[in-house]
Amino acid sequence: MEVKRITTPLSDADVKCLKAGDEVLISGVLLTGRDQAHKRLCELIDAGKDLPVDLAGQVIYFVGPSPAREGKPIGAAGPTTSSRMDAFSPKLLANGLKGMIGKGYRGDEVRAALKENCAVHFATIGGAGALLSKQIIKAEVIAYEELGTEAIRKLEVVDFPATVAYDCYGKTVYNC
Amino acid sequence: MKNIKYEKIVKTVKQLCIDSCYELPQDVLDAIKTAAKTETNPSAVSILNRLVENADIASSERIPLCQDTGLAVVFVDQGASVTIEPPADNPDATIADAINAGVEAGYTEGLLRKSVVAEPLNERKNTQTNTPSIIHHRMVPGDELSITVITKGGGCENKSQFKMFNPTDSKDVIAKWIVDVVTQAGANACPPFIVGVGLGGNFETSCLISKRALLRKIGTTNPDTFYADMETELAKTINASGLGPQGLGGDTTVLAVMIETAPCHIASLPVAVNIECHSHRHASATL
Repeated sequence: MEVKRITTPLSDADVKCLKAGDEVLISGVLLTGRDQAHKRLCELIDAGKDLPVDLAGQVIYFVGPSPAREGKPIGAAGPTTSSRMDAFSPKLLANGLKGMIGKGYRGDEVRAALKENCAVHFATIGGAGALLSKQIIKAEVIAYEELGTEAIRKLEVVDFPATVAYDCYGKTVYNC
Repeated sequence: MKNIKYEKIVKTVKQLCIDSCYELPQDVLDAIKTAAKTETNPSAVSILNRLVENADIASSERIPLCQDTGLAVVFVDQGASVTIEPPADNPDATIADAINAGVEAGYTEGLLRKSVVAEPLNERKNTQTNTPSIIHHRMVPGDELSITVITKGGGCENKSQFKMFNPTDSKDVIAKWIVDVVTQAGANACPPFIVGVGLGGNFETSCLISKRALLRKIGTTNPDTFYADMETELAKTINASGLGPQGLGGDTTVLAVMIETAPCHIASLPVAVNIECHSHRHASATL
């Protein structure tokens, strides 16, 4: 299968080109966020406050990396389980988020929100944190430093491998 | 009597945590390589090959196999004639203190992610040490201290389940539930899995032996042929589901199903399924 190369941030046109099952190599900026960062961002949205990061066109990678070795940008950095972010993702998608990367399934509400907001969800290889870390060339904490591994980081990635797991047309690569 | 110094246990546990997170055990690596040869789905083959590549990178470039370096679960078998000599400045220190000191040192010096929060529901504050570890200690005959550390990730542990069956329920009914638990874990728990099944015991024993089953080498079978056959049948049925590596399709959903049993009450038939991801990290030492 032909591998599609995409660059973040993503536009509607970029998202519309992606179909469930497509293999992609992502380059550009990814934001990181997992359970606690998602909870905090949604609390700010509910309170009508500004977010510490601009989500427009961005892709959030669900990852809590291990500490970086000296001279390296990051430690192991594979995906965590996407479904734990299901309660929060629709709200972030409504606020400009265009894509997410994790492992495993998404719920019906997220799938509907992907359609409604023209966004995409990618899966990458769970348990391949060493391999995937090689595609990350830079990492810096940009919000919630006190959350440690769960802080929001800005990653620069080159040819980060993923599969389109849920596209903006309501289709999924999974048989469920 | 055999006297083992506290510091020696600290040092050993530290090294086991590090080794476990950087070196995939040979039996697991071999099982993935074998699966890649027999797998008929090309994209599943590609995923399995990338898992082998991941293990090579982890070992050679000193990057943990997975960012979730787990909760340290420590199995200790202490020979009845083994005594632990506490440090001079802390005569009350126990073997549990030594293990936790080793875990903290291993996770700090080994650049492993510290994933333990002090309590579950209120503030969930990270202890910053990856302790306390979960310690399963038992006294055994002899003069050896054997320690196994499993650094088990949260994603697969989250999909593990327990159920009480009726003592008259058939093998088929129980097998069907086990298959459902494993296939429903699906992509979320990082297949291909190693599945530990605990049959019998009581509420807590069933869960404990399901985890202890994961300590067995892949390729070994339960010594009782009834349960050995059940292991083979379960693996065959689960692999026939087509779930595959990462849930993206294929013949390789489990690398092994391992059953451990325990005697139980006449009214009970507890069953626990402990799901372990393909990154089945564990290391052992005997002092």
